[in-house]
Amino acid sequence: MTGLNFDYLLLTPEFILAGTAMLVILADLFRKELHIGRTVLPAIASLGLIAAGAVSLLWVDESDDFANLISIDNFTTFFRVLFTGVALIVIVGGYEYIEKHIRHRGEFYALLLLSTIGAIYMAAARELLTAYISIELLSFSLYVAVSLAKDDSRSSEAGLKYVLLGGVASAMLLYGLSLIYGIAGSTSYAEIGAAFSEGTADFSLSLVLALTLIIGGLGFKASAVPFHMWTPDAYEGAPLPVTAYLSATSKAATFALLLRFFAGPLLPVIDDWQWIMASVAVLTMVFGNLIALQQTNIKRLLAYSSIGQVGYMLMALTTISDASASALLVHMAGYLFTNLAVFSAVIAFHNRTGKEELDDFAGLAETNPYLAVVLTGGMFSLAGMPLLAGFVTKFILFQAAASEGFLWLATVAVIASTISLYYYLQVIRRMYLVEPARGQAERWRLSPAGYAATASMFAGMLFVGIYAGPLFTVADRAARVLALN
Amino acid sequence: MLSDSGLTADDGYVLLTLFLLPMATSVLLMFTPSRERGVIVGMTAVSSLLMFVLSVYVFAQYDYQSGAQFQGVRAWDWITNAGMLGDDGIQLKVGVDGIGAAMVLLTGIITMAGTWVSWKIQHRIKDFFILLYLVAAGVFGTFVLLDLFIWFFFYELAVLPMYLLIGVWGSTRKEYGAMKLMMMLVAGSILIFTAIFGIISATGVDSFDMVRLFELAPDMDRKTQLLLFPMVVIGCGTLAGLFPFHPWSPDGHAAAPTAVSMLHAGVLMKVGAFGVIRLGFQMMPEGAEYWAPGLIVLGISGALYGAISALRQDDLKLMTGFSSVSHMGYVFVGLGTMNAIGMTGAVLQMFAHGVMTALFFLLIGGMYDQTHNRDISNFSGMARVMPVWAAFFVIAALASFGLPGLSGFIAEVHIFIGAFRAYPVVGGLAVFTAALTATYLLRMFASAFFGDPVERWRGLSDITRAEKAAATVLASSIILLGVWPSWWVDRISTTIAATIPGVTL
Repeated sequence: MTGLNFDYLLLTPEFILAGTAMLVILADLFRKELHIGRTVLPAIASLGLIAAGAVSLLWVDESDDFANLISIDNFTTFFRVLFTGVALIVIVGGYEYIEKHIRHRGEFYALLLLSTIGAIYMAAARELLTAYISIELLSFSLYVAVSLAKDDSRSSEAGLKYVLLGGVASAMLLYGLSLIYGIAGSTSYAEIGAAFSEGTADFSLSLVLALTLIIGGLGFKASAVPFHMWTPDAYEGAPLPVTAYLSATSKAATFALLLRFFAGPLLPVIDDWQWIMASVAVLTMVFGNLIALQQTNIKRLLAYSSIGQVGYMLMALTTISDASASALLVHMAGYLFTNLAVFSAVIAFHNRTGKEELDDFAGLAETNPYLAVVLTGGMFSLAGMPLLAGFVTKFILFQAAASEGFLWLATVAVIASTISLYYYLQVIRRMYLVEPARGQAERWRLSPAGYAATASMFAGMLFVGIYAGPLFTVADRAARVLALN
Repeated sequence: MLSDSGLTADDGYVLLTLFLLPMATSVLLMFTPSRERGVIVGMTAVSSLLMFVLSVYVFAQYDYQSGAQFQGVRAWDWITNAGMLGDDGIQLKVGVDGIGAAMVLLTGIITMAGTWVSWKIQHRIKDFFILLYLVAAGVFGTFVLLDLFIWFFFYELAVLPMYLLIGVWGSTRKEYGAMKLMMMLVAGSILIFTAIFGIISATGVDSFDMVRLFELAPDMDRKTQLLLFPMVVIGCGTLAGLFPFHPWSPDGHAAAPTAVSMLHAGVLMKVGAFGVIRLGFQMMPEGAEYWAPGLIVLGISGALYGAISALRQDDLKLMTGFSSVSHMGYVFVGLGTMNAIGMTGAVLQMFAHGVMTALFFLLIGGMYDQTHNRDISNFSGMARVMPVWAAFFVIAALASFGLPGLSGFIAEVHIFIGAFRAYPVVGGLAVFTAALTATYLLRMFASAFFGDPVERWRGLSDITRAEKAAATVLASSIILLGVWPSWWVDRISTTIAATIPGVTL
């Protein structure tokens, strides 16, 4: 084909990431011969991520595409920075944990880098097969990463469950995509959009089937109810840094893809999918938050809490508009700060105690006041309380939904969010109101890496919560690419 | 320092300082080592004194004759150029009207008194003040902010630290009280949240600017107003202890530490009533007119229910908690009359009840710290053991049942006149409630204050110097409002007549 743009320079950040991944694996192979220390692998990976994130800023306000497969625009740049940032925090915050509990560390870092590429292309894809391959790149890396924990049978079990159910979801998704190809006659977003604007009356039944399958398949990746069954087990079994990564990048990337796909080519047929999305959103926020009430393990609690959070994001997709798209991006960024702060804190706690039940957090305010503050901030932010990211981002998200005429959906979301406060308070209650267990009352400190990760994420959370202006500007510019309304 | 032009735009900085100062104090305290007790006490002393001085300045400088209701108005851009937020975006906009000025003064007085009595806390005093000053910032913010988004932000901020304040430093059934309070208040916020969305989309303005909304919102169609007004009343009313959404209040107040009870019953409940005025009466006149009788029914039921429940309590703090529900019932009776005198009485009652109940909680705390007992039946002859304490208690109690010359009288007389004008039956019931109030307070005096002192309490010492000072400040405000009410009445009644559409004489 002619006329296509094959400017490989556009993909520089991903080349950097892939190159870094290879370098990490090589360095790991020759570790003994070259006398490489323990910190070298994470250092290489971190530098690669920083470089990729920084280079991606070269395309701010540019609008270009690679072979009509991959868009390089503000939307892509937004997620390039976000995803490289997440991976960086996971590596820094999880450093100690990875050293202690992960088999094949070289491969682990490489997988993290490769899955980041997958996540970025999910946000950047403008063609169905590219999107699908990106999803699989992310998923396959994570299937392996989930089962990499040393001496923990739960990890292998979680990995297996994740692979099997993930396979089913991929099949559903692929079938849905093939139906779309059948109806629209193309896999390119632009041409699908053009085909749908001309009318699809003849296809409405197969279209609804296709949309249901796609929402189901992607709903699995985003852990939307009723496709969420794998989430608590995978979260509990996976090594903690992988859990953090699952809850952050894996979710955000799915929403990036959903945004570009549903707010783009599928916008003309919004009447066919809006009600599916609305029902899934309601189910997800209500059930996620209700089931979370009964959890006693911090990882499972956070799993269900993240399902609840996905519900709010699905609501923004349901009520898609310029306002909700940019509100969703803002919310996602705030959510990533919050979730990474919480997970970095839980990882630091696990490094010290090796425990992850809620009751083990008893008296943390006495033994490590700093960590208790970070976790309390994170919990309040997830519950949407002020001074922290959650309040501003949720308010704007709900406001966007309400102004699109979905006041009832916003009300459901606010109620669900209030329910969630109860279980977040349970964590806070144990830290502040319960005395530490006998013999464990001595004070302890975090490692420098732990301080770096928690403090930076906490600061980010406060920044978004108190002065969100700059983030709104950025999100607005990224969302404008979608050209809604 | 005082000029006669009212609060100018430059005074906007004073209003800004009112809530930034406690926040800054919180942040500074975080970086103070916990063992530096002297530094912590010094910092909070300076900060609370400054807040007090500024709030007196705001109240004194507010000029009710100038015609402009919102004074000291100044706006700073906060979140702009996000396409979805319209022209104004979210602004940090400050300004007070007569009601806000009175509430600012109330907050200044109680924050200072609450600070003084908290210096004797031994357990993690630093963390206590960090959280207490966040509450103060939240409360000041709600009284001076004029942007709906940031208003709600501070409204929630005032509630947020309560869980830990009660849970960590509280007493009787503190975990239960803290959780109940938190969940009920946040559940109330659901309705406020929804009402805010409703108001914004019904007016069709892409703005959270409350001054613009005060102009535009009253024109919302009748159906919307009828739907949204009760949401605001129940949502904010939960925080104000409106019957039957009050159950958190007695439990929460009984469990909370002294200064938190003072701030919570004294100021935070007023934030709820203030919200009803701001979002309800000032924005939705048709809704208010339609629902006013309902509001009166809830108000008078709460007043009666609180008074009857208080009769049955043995725990002093629970009695005061129920008494708060009763007195806040008067506020809603006053608001529901929809006439100028009744509504003025409602705001006066917010102030009067604030200082009075703060004094009650201060004194109960001062005694409980020594005895670890609050049951009326366990005490006798306290007037002889702790004479100063008892004297202050009598002042608070006399104000509570409306002795002329004290704050409660002024407020209640306004409300009663308003109620008799609107619904004579309600006026009669309100007077009956006042009699009940006298009954439970006199019962307590008879049993605990007079007679021979019980042996085990003979060794008690009177309240500390800091407590005496704080009690003096509160008692003087009670007397001042009682003998010179016009400072308050002028400011409040002018604002009510000018800013509440549909108010009658």
